[in-house]
Amino acid sequence: MRIGTAKETYRHDEALFDTPVQRWWLAGLFVAIAAFPFVADAYWIYLGCLVAINIASATGLNILTGFTGLVSLGQAAFMGVGAYIVAWLEINLGTPFFVNLLAGGLGAGLIGILVGIPSLRVKGLYLAIATIAASVILHFVFANWTSVTGGQSGLTMPPATFLGTALDQPDKLYWLIVPVTVLMVLGASNLFRTRIGRAFIAIRDRDISAEVLGIPLLRYKLYSFALSSFYAGVAGGLWAYFFRVVTPESFPLVMSIFFLAAIIVGGMGSILGGILGAAFMTMVPEALKLIVGWLSPWLPDAVALLSPVRTIVFGALIVGFLIFEPRGLAEAWRRLRRFFHLWPFKT
Amino acid sequence: MAVEMSSDEGRTALAVDGLRLSFGGLRALDGVSFTAREGSVTSIIGPNGAGKTSLFNTISGFYRPGAGSIRFFDTPVDGLRPPERARLGMARTFQNISLFQGMTVLDNIKLGRHAHMATGVLEALFYLGRARREEMELRREVEERIIDFLEIDHIRNAPVSALSYGLRKRVELARALAMRPRILLLDEPVAGMNREETEDMARFILDVREEWGVTILMVEHDMGMVMDISDHVVVLNFGQVIAKGDPGQVSSNPDVIAAYLGSGEVDDLRARVREAAGAAGGAA
Ligand SMILES: Nc1ncnc2c1ncn2[C@@H]1O[C@H](COP(=O)(O)OP(=O)(O)O)[C@@H](O)[C@H]1O
Ligand SMILES: [Mg+2]
Repeated sequence: MRIGTAKETYRHDEALFDTPVQRWWLAGLFVAIAAFPFVADAYWIYLGCLVAINIASATGLNILTGFTGLVSLGQAAFMGVGAYIVAWLEINLGTPFFVNLLAGGLGAGLIGILVGIPSLRVKGLYLAIATIAASVILHFVFANWTSVTGGQSGLTMPPATFLGTALDQPDKLYWLIVPVTVLMVLGASNLFRTRIGRAFIAIRDRDISAEVLGIPLLRYKLYSFALSSFYAGVAGGLWAYFFRVVTPESFPLVMSIFFLAAIIVGGMGSILGGILGAAFMTMVPEALKLIVGWLSPWLPDAVALLSPVRTIVFGALIVGFLIFEPRGLAEAWRRLRRFFHLWPFKT
Repeated sequence: MAVEMSSDEGRTALAVDGLRLSFGGLRALDGVSFTAREGSVTSIIGPNGAGKTSLFNTISGFYRPGAGSIRFFDTPVDGLRPPERARLGMARTFQNISLFQGMTVLDNIKLGRHAHMATGVLEALFYLGRARREEMELRREVEERIIDFLEIDHIRNAPVSALSYGLRKRVELARALAMRPRILLLDEPVAGMNREETEDMARFILDVREEWGVTILMVEHDMGMVMDISDHVVVLNFGQVIAKGDPGQVSSNPDVIAAYLGSGEVDDLRARVREAAGAAGGAA
């Protein structure tokens, strides 16, 4: 009897969403996601797709940087690999989108493993620089392997098709992009319920003692690189289907910085953090655009200021979060929840 | 010189033979040989800087010795990396606790089992089949065999960073137990603990040996504890074994007394030995 109860308790405890309240919230969230394209206008659906793509990529970077402690500035370049593979396959072979996305993810994952090989010896800032070097090399390949990548002008591709329907508008692509992102986020959450995820965190916290526990460092660092760039590759593939033009300039270094900023702002080493950070950072420029729009009657040059202001706001956000909320939006969210849990009692 | 045990005392769990290790010009280990019998508590003692931690690091595979060999239950482990030695059943705790600060007590303990699990990356992403089965099994075993046993139920979900020093040491032992150890290397398990915590830890160590049949190899400065619970004591000084034998033989050895003289620990040692001898006599 007692054992039976105990077993039930563990199973509950080990579940991803362990309380009924959490499950209701989750169900509510899924309904909201499914209902969104029916109530939102084209602009918001467009934004929703962009947020989802960025969540997928940020979650991947979070696995590598937030959970395994390996700082990478190569995420955009890995997205580029996925995007080019998907575009090339769609143009030249016309294979189904799920095959292309998988190929994009696997291709980027392989490149990720190559880039990750120095990570056994090179750490911290030096590893970050090694990933920048890799990005530069990849950029060079994108720009100069003309027969495959189309050189500077890039590749222009047809839309994804599903059962004969062309997914050529955001409101249709939404049904491809969002489910793929949801799957990837769930996968990442699962990862950290198992030995693989624990090993990643152990490597981040103290890699010497991870080794005594029987965790081979290089192998697990490479797993982390592979997963992270697989996520980037699939996200890049989704990006390609969304914009349908892939050029060497599509995935610049600042985009890698954007993803790093997203997980810092959201919360490193927290799946929720990656989601919140990516959503927040994607919305910030849009909010700025809105503000600039309001200001334009009084400030005629406002539009010209948009781009520098955006860069400054990004920088300020990173610094601000590092100083005031180093555990990111995810922590702020937890505090807020605690507050309402206890409300109206003192927190 | 050392009194070897008679043959009915069981197999040799660990045999260290002629180990040498240098840091630059410094000989940290200078021809160290000893054996630990299966199921025994063997203590390594010696003044600070004697080479005890270096010995542990060499046994667990961090340092490559310049000469000598290590056998673990008939398996020569000299060519093996630390993770491989862990998989064979060598578990250890560290002089400076090495828990993972960013994780809960439960996750820290679960990490100990890593090498004995088989879930791959793909299974982990989907959390189906083997991944789910292994994790549930692990959770049950950790709860029923380790957390209950070490009396840490109340902190299982606490972050390690919130725990007292004594509790951290206990969690580190719990993690080592999750490794399905055949030998436990404990580097100063009671350093910095108060009397009560020390007694708890000594009891846990003896219980571990009793219930799990694990061989214990321990570095410890607390002579009372060493004399109380050891079957066999090896004394190290300047990287050399200067004495080995049962606690009584070792504590009356003039070389040992001399080695401790300079360190100011000798009076303490004498007092503790007398105390321990008295207690042992009373018990027998
Ligand atoms: N990584 C290292 N590099 C250089 N010298 C070391 C290192 N580790 C230990 N030593 C030296 O080796 C000797 C033995 O140290 P250690 O094994 O830590 O002694 P103990 O644990 O017995 O106090 C000391 O003189 C120490 O300074
Ligand atoms: Mg030491």
